[in-house]
Amino acid sequence: MKLYDVSELAIRNLRESIFRNSLTTIGISVGVASLVTMLSLGIGLQQLASRRLQKSGLFDTVVVTSRRDLRNFREQREEGPTPAESPSLDELARKKIVLIPGVVEAYPDIRFVTDVRFDGKPHLTTVAGVPFSAKNNNDAFDGVQGSFFSSDAAAEVILQKLFAEELLGITPKPGTDTTNIAELAKSLLGKELTISYAERTASPSSSTATDSAAYSVVSRQQALKIVGLTDLDPDSMRGMARARVFLPLKFAQDLHVMQSNLRDTSASDASSYTSMSVRVKNPNQVPAIEDAIKKMGFSAFSIVDATRSMRQFFAVLDGFLAIFGSLALAVASIGIVNTLVMAILERRREIGIMKAIGASDADVRGLFFAEAGAMGLVGGAVGVTLGWTIGRLINFGMNIYLQRQNFPSAQIWSVPLWLVLSAIVFSIVVSLLAGLYPASRAARLDPVQALRYE
Amino acid sequence: MHTSLAVRAENVSRHYQMGEALVRAVDGISIDIEAGEFVALLGASGSGKSSLLNLVAGLDRPTSGAVTVHGNNLAALSREQLARYRLHTVGMVFQSFNLIPSMSLLENVELPMRFAEVDRRERSALARQSLDRVGLGGRLSHRPMELSGGEQQRASLARALINRPKLLLADEPTGNLDSRTGVEIMDLIRSFNQSLGMTVLMVTHEQALAEKYAGRMVHLADGKLVEDMSNDISNDAVPTISSAAVAAPTPEPRGGAQ
Repeated sequence: MKLYDVSELAIRNLRESIFRNSLTTIGISVGVASLVTMLSLGIGLQQLASRRLQKSGLFDTVVVTSRRDLRNFREQREEGPTPAESPSLDELARKKIVLIPGVVEAYPDIRFVTDVRFDGKPHLTTVAGVPFSAKNNNDAFDGVQGSFFSSDAAAEVILQKLFAEELLGITPKPGTDTTNIAELAKSLLGKELTISYAERTASPSSSTATDSAAYSVVSRQQALKIVGLTDLDPDSMRGMARARVFLPLKFAQDLHVMQSNLRDTSASDASSYTSMSVRVKNPNQVPAIEDAIKKMGFSAFSIVDATRSMRQFFAVLDGFLAIFGSLALAVASIGIVNTLVMAILERRREIGIMKAIGASDADVRGLFFAEAGAMGLVGGAVGVTLGWTIGRLINFGMNIYLQRQNFPSAQIWSVPLWLVLSAIVFSIVVSLLAGLYPASRAARLDPVQALRYE
Repeated sequence: MHTSLAVRAENVSRHYQMGEALVRAVDGISIDIEAGEFVALLGASGSGKSSLLNLVAGLDRPTSGAVTVHGNNLAALSREQLARYRLHTVGMVFQSFNLIPSMSLLENVELPMRFAEVDRRERSALARQSLDRVGLGGRLSHRPMELSGGEQQRASLARALINRPKLLLADEPTGNLDSRTGVEIMDLIRSFNQSLGMTVLMVTHEQALAEKYAGRMVHLADGKLVEDMSNDISNDAVPTISSAAVAAPTPEPRGGAQ
C-alpha cells in the first residue's frame, strides 16, 4: 500500500473509535508534557545557573600575582623562574597578558582601606576599583539603583546598600532586610562624599629596584559624586577583601593609593600591581590561559574545576528529570499497546476481510503501525504544547513568588527548539515501539479464523 | 469452446487438530476446473466445501497435496506472494457480504485497489464503474448498514471484480438473502461468468440453485468428493443476461435512498 493510503486508512480507523483513541493520545500527551516540563525546567535552571556563575566571575577569571610576593610564602613547586627572577606585574605584563588568545581583559586589583567623609562624619571602609566592563558582566550591578559610572575615569562612586544605610545613620534590625533601596537612593544619589587616602609617590632615590623603601606617602582628599546603589555583594573572585564603596577602576588607579595589603615592598615600582584579574572569554579556556600566564613567570589560579562539576551536576539532574518524564511516557506507551490490541480484537473480522481481498501482512502491519505513529505524532505535538504551557505557568508562579520575596525575576524555564523536535520524535518512536507487538500480531492473524469469527 | 486449466487440485487434504480429535475437513480431493466453467460445490454443512474453497482462495494452506491455479502452485508461494495472488487472481464473495462497515460503498470497492497501489483517480473511476455495473451507481456514499442484503451482496460483487480476477470464488452468496434477491445475485454472477469469461467456483447447499446456474456440480461429503457431474443449463428458461438487465435491477425496498 502507498504511504498516503496507509495514513488515510489509519486516520479513518482512529476516527472510528475516536473516544478510546483520544484517551490514548491524551495519555501520550501527558507523558510528553511531563518530559518536556521536567527537561525545560532542568535546562532553564542550568542556563540560569550558568548565567549567574558567568557573571559572578568565579569561572572565567584567573587571578595573577607576582611570584616576588610569594617569597618564603609557599614551597617552590611550580615550574618557571625562581621568585627573585620573576618579572614584575606591571603595565607591560598586563598588556602581554591581554594578548593571550581568549583573554577578554586584564585589570589590576585596586583595593584599599580609607576614611570616607559624608555629611561631616567619618566612616572607615574598604574601597575597590571596578572595571568599566563590569557594567555588563557582573550581576552585582544588574540591579543598581541610579546608574553605573558614566566613564572609567569619572569621579563617581557606587555604594553598597549596607554602607549607604550606615551613611544615613540607619541601623537595620538583625536578620531583617526591610530597608527599601529605592528610598535610600532618593536621599543619597547625586550627593557628594569625600575620601581621604595616602598617595604613594616615587621618591627621587628610588631609581634602583633593590632599594626597598624608596617611596614617599602624601596624604590627599578627593570628592566623589554618588551615582549608584547596589544591594548585592559585588565581591567575587576578582577581589579578596570585601569592599563597600566602588570607584571606576581607571580613576582608582590614577589615585596611586598606597595599598595596605602588600606583603613585600620590594615591588616598589609605582606602576607594578599586587594582583591582577584576567577575564577569559570561555571558562573552558581557563586552564590553557592559566598555563600561558605561568610560563610568563607569574602565579595564576582559578576555580576551574567548579564549572566542570557544575555541568556534571546538571547533566545528572537533567538525566533524572528525563527519566521521570520518560516514566510517564512509558506508562502512556502501555496505553498504546492496550488500545491497539483492543483494536485488533474489535477489528478481527475487518483484518480478515482485508486479507481475503488481497491485503498482505505488510499492509496490515503498516496500517497498525501508522495508527500507533499517528497517535504518537498527535500526542507528541499536544504534549509539547502542554509541557510548554505548564513550564511557563511554573515560571510565572515562581516569579510572583520571587517578587514577593524581593528577589529579581528569573527565567527558570527554557524550551529550546531541539527539545520540541526531539520530544515529538521520541513520542513517535515510543509509540511505534508500542505498536510493534500489536501490529505484528494483526499481520499474523489467520484470515480463515478471523472470518469465521462472528 | 477452447479451454485451459484454471484450477487443479491434486489429492488435497486439510486436517485440523481439535483437542484430541483430528478433523479431516478436506480429505484427498482431486479436481480439475477449466477456465470459464461455472462449478457448484455442494454438500451438507461440515462436508468440507468451504475448506476447499479457502484452499483455492489461498487463504489457507493444504496439509498435503497441491493446489495449482492458472499454473501457480499455491504451496510454493510465500505469504507475500499469496497475498498478491488473492489480490489479482481471485475475487471472493461471502455469505455475510463482509463489507467493512465503517467505509462507504465506494471506499469498500476501492479497497483492493489501494492494496494494489492503483492511482487514486483511476481507482475512484473504476470503483464507480464497477458499482454502476451492479446497479449501485446511486449509492456510492452509503455505508453497508444502510443497504439491503441484496444491495450489500451486489457491492461485494463489485469489490470482487475490481481487480479483474480470473477466478470468482463465492461462499454461499445467497445464503443470507431471500429467494428473489438470491436470483438477482445469481443472475449477476452468471453474467460475469458468461460476458467476462470468468471462472466461477460457488459453494452452496441449495441443489436447485446449482442446477439452475452451474454447468457442473461437485458433491462433497466428509471431506471427500462423492459426485462430479456436468449439468445442462442450455435449455433453462432464463436467457443470457444482458448488461441492460444488470443495469436495471428489479426494484426492491430501499431504506432512506431516493
